[in-house]
Amino acid sequence: MSLARRIIPCLDTDGERVVKGVNFVNLRDAGDPAALAARYNIEGADELVVLDIAASRDHRPTFLETIRRVAAELAIPLTAGGGVANVDEGRAILRAGADKLTVNTAAIRSPALLTALAAEFGSQAVVLAIDAKRVGDRWEAFVRGGSVPTGMDAVAWARQGVDCGAGEILITSMDKDGTRSGFDCPLTAAISRAVSVPVIASGGADTPETFLEVFSEGRADAALAASIFHDSIQGLGDLKRYLGQQGVPVRQTG
Amino acid sequence: MNIALVEYGAGNLPSVERALSRLGVESRRASTPQALAGCDALILPGVGHFGALMRSLGERSLVDPLREAVSRGTPLLGICLGLQAMFATSDEAPGDEGLAMFPQKVSALPPADRLPHMGWNQLRRARPSKLLEGVPQDAYFYFAHSYAALDAGEAGVAYCDHCASFVAVLEQKNIFATQFHPEKSGPVGAQVLSNFVRQAGAKG
Repeated sequence: MSLARRIIPCLDTDGERVVKGVNFVNLRDAGDPAALAARYNIEGADELVVLDIAASRDHRPTFLETIRRVAAELAIPLTAGGGVANVDEGRAILRAGADKLTVNTAAIRSPALLTALAAEFGSQAVVLAIDAKRVGDRWEAFVRGGSVPTGMDAVAWARQGVDCGAGEILITSMDKDGTRSGFDCPLTAAISRAVSVPVIASGGADTPETFLEVFSEGRADAALAASIFHDSIQGLGDLKRYLGQQGVPVRQTG
Repeated sequence: MNIALVEYGAGNLPSVERALSRLGVESRRASTPQALAGCDALILPGVGHFGALMRSLGERSLVDPLREAVSRGTPLLGICLGLQAMFATSDEAPGDEGLAMFPQKVSALPPADRLPHMGWNQLRRARPSKLLEGVPQDAYFYFAHSYAALDAGEAGVAYCDHCASFVAVLEQKNIFATQFHPEKSGPVGAQVLSNFVRQAGAKG
């Protein structure tokens, strides 16, 4: 008996539609979020993440409606975020039906936001999302959808974020994102060793072997992927059967 | 049947309502002592902080009506923090009294593994359970918490192991509770809710 490693499909949305791109650019339409959510709920996703990656904040009411539509399809946990800058925006996302929220740019500007969110909703509802890129011999945290370098060391920032109240880390490798060349295991393992909270690895998902690697070498508690699931390149059921056969504790469904 | 979700200004009511509605069960929200008094079964969902939950119940004058409904035999299902609220005290809010349906306390899980305990885990059955009827032994349920009741005497019917052994399912007469979230636990979670509804129907 042990805690299962989680497989988490991610829906990047422009507020309303699922979009996808490579290395944070070249976005294209990939479907209706509620329809994808319904599919993943049945296929055995352990959780779903929905992110608003639209640059403009004008679409926030649309995104909240998207969260409501997605939540209505799910009997599994839902994490949502994108541009959350204060406690009120966090509350709106949770009220719309999310169980947890992600914060990124605003937390780097003001780590006290993590403390305020944790005090209001509990640490278990606060996921610190970090976009990291290899720079020299370390990983640097980037903000604003990966467009702006912060000069901050991603591993040190993860540790500080947890001290401030984050209950989970979602670490995205910008070098790997969209490349289908495997997760960034050294980055994920470095984050995982640095913090006591669960770590979700993101960026680079490809074959079932790449998931096995990120759970073993990468010490990830959960692995997130988007296009390989959206495009049915990888089935959730087949992936979990493979991981189970390899001795990774996973929740088998159906 | 008249099932009421106790509304105290926090918690995860919509997801519990949706899970019930998928079972074809209508529920309503109860936020006043009068609303609590006239129902066949009660659900106390919970997310957040032990002290905040108890203060919210207190501000709405719901603490005694909840205890009275339970002593009249009304079935009650506590979920996550709703389970923890049934105990006397919690490490999370040392000054605040719980509903004290059980004399033990809620403890901070020791940091032996990753915390919060977040994700899907299996149960260890200790006694026959009505809530777990028809649920496979190896089923996974969704947990998200850092505090837990380590002991509930004879009422502890299933346990989970993460950092420590803690009570995952609690049953005593008409009192039922789960540390996991049945409304977030896929088909097996739906089975648990359905089992509770059946218990409620049997009493009503």
